[in-house]
Amino acid sequence: MSFLALEPIRVLLYLVGICAFVGGNAAYLVLAERKGAGRIQRRPGPNEAGWAGILQPLADGIKLLAKQVMVPPGTDALLFRAAPLMVMAPPLMCLATIPFGDTVVARNLNIGLLFVFSFGSINVMALMLGGWASRNKYSIISAARVVSQNVAYEIPMLLVVITLLMITGTMDLNEIIKQQAGWFWNWNVLKIWVNPLMPVTFVIFFTCMLAETNRAPFDMAEAESELVAGAFTEYGGMGFGVFFMAEYANIVVGCCLATILFFGGWQSPFGALSDGLWGPIWFLGKTYALIFTVIWIRWTFPRTQFYSLLNLSWKILIPLSLFTLLLTGAMMKLPLLFK
Amino acid sequence: MSLKSAVRETLTGFKSLLTGMRITAREATKPIITVQYPHETLKMPDRFRGHVQLILDPETGKSRCTACGLCVRACPSDCLEVDGIKREGEKKKSVTEYKLDFTKCSLCGSCVEACPSDAIEYSKAYNVVSRDRDDFAKMDLVKDLDAKAKVWAETHPTPPAAPAPVAATPGSPTPATSAPAPAVATPGSSTPAKAAPAPVAGRAEAGTPGSSNPATPPAPAAANSPTPSSSIANAAASTGAAAGATPSPQPESKTT
Amino acid sequence: MIASKDNFSAAPASQGPQETFTLNLGPQHPAAHGVLRVLMTMDGEWIQRAEPVIGYIHRMHEKMGENRTLAKFLPNTSRIDYLSAMHYTHAVVGAVERAAKIEVPLRAEYIRVITSELNRISSHMVWWGALLLDLGGFTPILYAFDDREKILDLLEGLCGARLTYCYYRFGGLYNDADDAFLKGTRDFVQHMKPRLQMYRDLVTDNIILRKRLTDIGPIPAEMCRRYGATGPVIRGAGVAYDVRRAEPYSVYPKLDFKIPTYPEADSMARYLVRMDEMEQSLYIIEQALDQIPAGPFIGKVPRVLKLPPGDTCYAVEAARGRFLVRLVSDGKDTAYRVKLRTPSFSNLSLYEEASKGMILPDALAMMGSLDLVIPDIDR
Ligand code: SF4
Ligand code: SF4
Repeated sequence: MSFLALEPIRVLLYLVGICAFVGGNAAYLVLAERKGAGRIQRRPGPNEAGWAGILQPLADGIKLLAKQVMVPPGTDALLFRAAPLMVMAPPLMCLATIPFGDTVVARNLNIGLLFVFSFGSINVMALMLGGWASRNKYSIISAARVVSQNVAYEIPMLLVVITLLMITGTMDLNEIIKQQAGWFWNWNVLKIWVNPLMPVTFVIFFTCMLAETNRAPFDMAEAESELVAGAFTEYGGMGFGVFFMAEYANIVVGCCLATILFFGGWQSPFGALSDGLWGPIWFLGKTYALIFTVIWIRWTFPRTQFYSLLNLSWKILIPLSLFTLLLTGAMMKLPLLFK
Repeated sequence: MSLKSAVRETLTGFKSLLTGMRITAREATKPIITVQYPHETLKMPDRFRGHVQLILDPETGKSRCTACGLCVRACPSDCLEVDGIKREGEKKKSVTEYKLDFTKCSLCGSCVEACPSDAIEYSKAYNVVSRDRDDFAKMDLVKDLDAKAKVWAETHPTPPAAPAPVAATPGSPTPATSAPAPAVATPGSSTPAKAAPAPVAGRAEAGTPGSSNPATPPAPAAANSPTPSSSIANAAASTGAAAGATPSPQPESKTT
Repeated sequence: MIASKDNFSAAPASQGPQETFTLNLGPQHPAAHGVLRVLMTMDGEWIQRAEPVIGYIHRMHEKMGENRTLAKFLPNTSRIDYLSAMHYTHAVVGAVERAAKIEVPLRAEYIRVITSELNRISSHMVWWGALLLDLGGFTPILYAFDDREKILDLLEGLCGARLTYCYYRFGGLYNDADDAFLKGTRDFVQHMKPRLQMYRDLVTDNIILRKRLTDIGPIPAEMCRRYGATGPVIRGAGVAYDVRRAEPYSVYPKLDFKIPTYPEADSMARYLVRMDEMEQSLYIIEQALDQIPAGPFIGKVPRVLKLPPGDTCYAVEAARGRFLVRLVSDGKDTAYRVKLRTPSFSNLSLYEEASKGMILPDALAMMGSLDLVIPDIDR
């Protein structure tokens, strides 16, 4: 027991758990996505492997693993191989500071938010390297798109986060959650007495998250009807599989973050029942609801045009998030003037 | 663009997105509409154009085809091959070989329209599967018909008639390419030798000769049949009845 | 990436050497809808020149029409544009009837109109779904195919085939429309009206789609005329040109319908034209169902069909535009010359000019709005 209580061992065990969590999530979110797409399109989705297709991820995994890892001639072999690893590592790191429950966290950092965002931005590097190293014209176009898209959307996202920071006054993720204790109207998304535009902030954050994770309708990196498979065109087998899993891992991280920042993390909606095992249940429940929304959105909308995507960011989201930032500042400081 | 119109456009745009999501959510609650293919199959409509097949005349238990070759001439894809011989005591020739190259057939229907004696029709087989190309490139329609004739014979028990396998006249006006041995030439008598049903494994699912296929003899024909019009039909019936000692593979076809 | 000399001289002086590269879009590409190959000279994501390379699925349909009897050529017509097979058969059948002066019974003409319009709707549904696939929306195509399945089931019950119908015959039809078909068609029309509203809510009004299509790929009427583009392409440029009205055939003169036109000439205009056309087709079908007379479904046709020497043309409004058949006969039972004027070929030929200076996703959206069927281009 004392051995397990040692901090390094505990963190290590947590990290193993996170790896398993990410792997399992990536595998089963693919299934959930396909099932969800099936439902929306009024077909059953994968249903042959195991009961209701429950073993489908296993079959897919075996198929991908059994494939030869190809490095096409003329590519930058080192970067080509490194890109999938680079794309998978950041979400794993991010999850290490995500509090799933009051005490269920690998390492609670007092700059958790900063940590998550700094690692979250590495992702784009990996996609760019993958696209660049592939020596494929489609991939290069895709790499260029990914970079400009991520740069454009990082800004409104961070502006929104700054708004939240002003409200919470801390970067400690667990502390942010604890501030949202009580009934659900204490969640940041509904704190309209702090800032009447709080729900809009959430929409901005969510949109940026979709764009940052390259999810439809902002899937410029893949854009299969334009760029074949974008940055992943030359990847086969597990190389492609890792990119694919990383996409879902990033979604998980993004939705976890949205849950923490806006929906009270592991807090229950009615003030009680959020300690012990209930914490992770609430947390995962909210996260998966958001993930489901992401899937739902993907199967509803066409892809945005690349330049209107940038326009959306620069012309709508950034001014709007700046405005909320100012509004929040004003609402927080104005009462002090009249004291 | 003024600020006001920009705001309005953003709001209506956002609303249109929500409308879209509402529609997909509504559709997601509706039942599934796809057919789970290998587990479920569809019933083809009456006019469905499957591959061509010879009709079994419910009166006589054999084909009406007179090997006139009109269908061959009508076919735009040259995928039919017909041969027949003239039997003694009959006015017209009867078919001995009818090969369809289904790999070339465009299912246009010209052959069916061209046939003066209504001897061919479309089958209702739509999931035609085989591992052997020859099953399609050389579809033996006479063989399929024979299998059907056998079932027909079982469902039309007649008093054993004199075994009169009519010999083909060697000097028949058409130069028959196939060996005119009686046992082979008579469609009815050749069936017991090929008792195994389902010539193509995959085709057994839908529209196998003798399965619940509209081509099986309809009820009134069954009532009329005890007095067959020709001796060949008799022979076919009797040989069929002999073969009927083995358990019938498709008992449900009797229900027609 | 090669810096080409020509571009160097053409480049703006301030930017230094301009680099272009060649992108081989197709013949295997998700947006190529078959085997269309577009050779693109790109400057970044901007297209400097997009040259369609065709011929990958050339099947000599014209030549086949010249070396076999007309009746044997008839099945071919369904395969030229497999999505609007009825219209293509209609044109060939019509040309032969016009040349040989065969009377077609009125009932047959009405059934031809009904099936043609059903076919137009089903073709537009495929286009709608495929365009949305090009734009990255995956769900609409399945909704469209659900409804299209109903049309295919109707036509299958009528003539036995789902895609390559080969339903019309010289002088009439292959078989008569039974009550089940007529009733099923009526039910379908009723079913389709709310579905079209759903299409509108889900896709047409969607802001993302509007942004992707509005002002993208303008093809003005003047360009349409130069390249001979017809169908929704020219109607999307504001010209009310429709063969059903311009060169009336069958019983269309007796039927009332509007020709939807949009003057914007962009991809959205072409999109809206097709969406409106589906509605108009439903309206035509309704009228035809009300007016359809009893009677024979095939007229008197000579046993051996020989066209008198001469030159005959017959045009129909296919789903993609004007399809024209020209039969030159020298009195034999096969035609001396068969010319097929297919709409997709003309609609594609303006692509090079229209796509200049567009960015790749827009160019593909515009290609989707042209509704190309590759076998129809190559014949
Ligand atoms: S359906 Fe047409 S192509 Fe097929 S065999 Fe008959 S005539 Fe020939
Ligand atoms: S099937 Fe009909 S057309 Fe063909 S050979 Fe037999 S009788 Fe003649």
